[in-house]
Amino acid sequence: MVMTTHDEKMRTPRFRVDDTPHIVVDGEKCRTCAVRSCVTVCPANLFVLLDDGHVLFNYEQCFECGACYFVCAVEGAIRWTYPKGGFGVTFRES
Amino acid sequence: MTATNGSEHFDVIVVGAGPAGSAAALLAARAGLKVILIERGEYPGAKNVSGAVFYGSTILNQLIPEWWEQAPVERHVCRRELVLMSPTTSVSLDFRSAAEGYVRPPYNGFTVLRPKFDRWFADQAEAAGAFLLTSTVVDDLLWDGPQVVGVKTRRDDGDIRGDVVIACDGVNSWLARKAGLQRELRTHELSLGVKEVIGLDESLIRQRFQLAGDEGMALEYVGAVTEAVHGGAFLYTNRNSLSLGVLAQLSSLVEHKKRPYDLLETFKAHPAVAPLVRGGTLREYSAHLIPESGWNMMPALFADGLMVAGDAAAFCLATGIYIEGINYAMQSGLAAAEAAILACRRKEFSRYTLSHYMEALRQRNVLTDFQAYRHAPGFVNGERLQNLYPQLAALGGEALFRVDGNRKQKLLPLYWRTLRQVGAKPRHVLQDLYQVARAYLW
Repeated sequence: MVMTTHDEKMRTPRFRVDDTPHIVVDGEKCRTCAVRSCVTVCPANLFVLLDDGHVLFNYEQCFECGACYFVCAVEGAIRWTYPKGGFGVTFRES
Repeated sequence: MTATNGSEHFDVIVVGAGPAGSAAALLAARAGLKVILIERGEYPGAKNVSGAVFYGSTILNQLIPEWWEQAPVERHVCRRELVLMSPTTSVSLDFRSAAEGYVRPPYNGFTVLRPKFDRWFADQAEAAGAFLLTSTVVDDLLWDGPQVVGVKTRRDDGDIRGDVVIACDGVNSWLARKAGLQRELRTHELSLGVKEVIGLDESLIRQRFQLAGDEGMALEYVGAVTEAVHGGAFLYTNRNSLSLGVLAQLSSLVEHKKRPYDLLETFKAHPAVAPLVRGGTLREYSAHLIPESGWNMMPALFADGLMVAGDAAAFCLATGIYIEGINYAMQSGLAAAEAAILACRRKEFSRYTLSHYMEALRQRNVLTDFQAYRHAPGFVNGERLQNLYPQLAALGGEALFRVDGNRKQKLLPLYWRTLRQVGAKPRHVLQDLYQVARAYLW
């Protein structure tokens, strides 16, 4: 199929998940954020805005692109590094 | 892959086995230097995403004669199309050439899949004598006073020492930032690319894009394809798949609150694109940031014992006409290697010796190209070019080609009316003509 849902897209790359998260989000800081741009731009849709204003984040299917880090409006809310060598996303065709 | 012995010393440490890093490692190793090429992915190319068309065939041909005979290439590009879009209509400039260089060696450009191409290219560096260390993240630099003397990897006993470090660690270059060569990047300087590789039968690709044998086509789109978001889209033919994607300016995505993958679906559903992708199957979805501001976001390129190349140095030329990065990455990697070779010969690794990198970059036409087109990225990402003019071209086309029994208007009144219809001010159009001229003509 050519038209695909986001879930279908996310099933195509291979992820090898490291035990330690490479991105840490400070949920308390996110509560004070008015824009939450990370939720919009993340191509893997890993940031979810909860009803109580918290931002839930899952690092496991991260593309390691850096978009969330650059759009983050609250100083220090996102701590960002690369996963351990050999872990994280592995592209085969892109 | 075995880890290196902690006490081992290298002449050149290259961080990142993309096109910049592998080119640097290959040239330095051929000059007899002891080179280590460090890659954080499981294999070179595992983390790398581009469109991708590689326009550096002649550059690579000088390094590896007839490289396309052995490399994993998809198709040589002899057809290009630039498409302006409104939601319902498209107007395009179609270029096709059977001229020397487009359809015969060394060719002008090839579509490639980066995980395959980058892996092959890093293998060439390894064959030239460079030591390739994969699955290894470099977190920081090692310093001796103001002098970079190695890198800190995230491995046990992970310090690796060397005389020259070449940082080819991509658009998010931590090394350039840690060395104080690059400031924090701004969201209007970066585009987010989301991409899909869509499997399609080889004979269908030839039919649909009117290609013979290994001929390939590159299509680039601007206008309604990204809705109000500043950006564009591309569609490239591979051997038995299509690479297609949307590029969106990060600041603009935030402003309009658009999800990048939704734009990708809008693009595939456009009446000009849907017939090209019909019947295909998704093989891989990916995403990557692109440093699009070129000259205006370029870091300081060298320090004592350190040089920056490839995307880390923002060597990606996005002007609307040209969207090139792999060729400049390679050229910058080679230029850095030349400076490193000179430094090793003199046994002098200060910034004064490494400033030869700038000279080599000019000789290889990297800095010159970026300087010449320094006004283009700002113009390309301007509101009117992104949304108004594609709309104008589309509406103008609709008015021009519509036959409905009404009196035919001549071109000037026809376009004048269309201009008013889309709300363009003649004053702005004149301003933009000047911008175009300044960005592209001289």
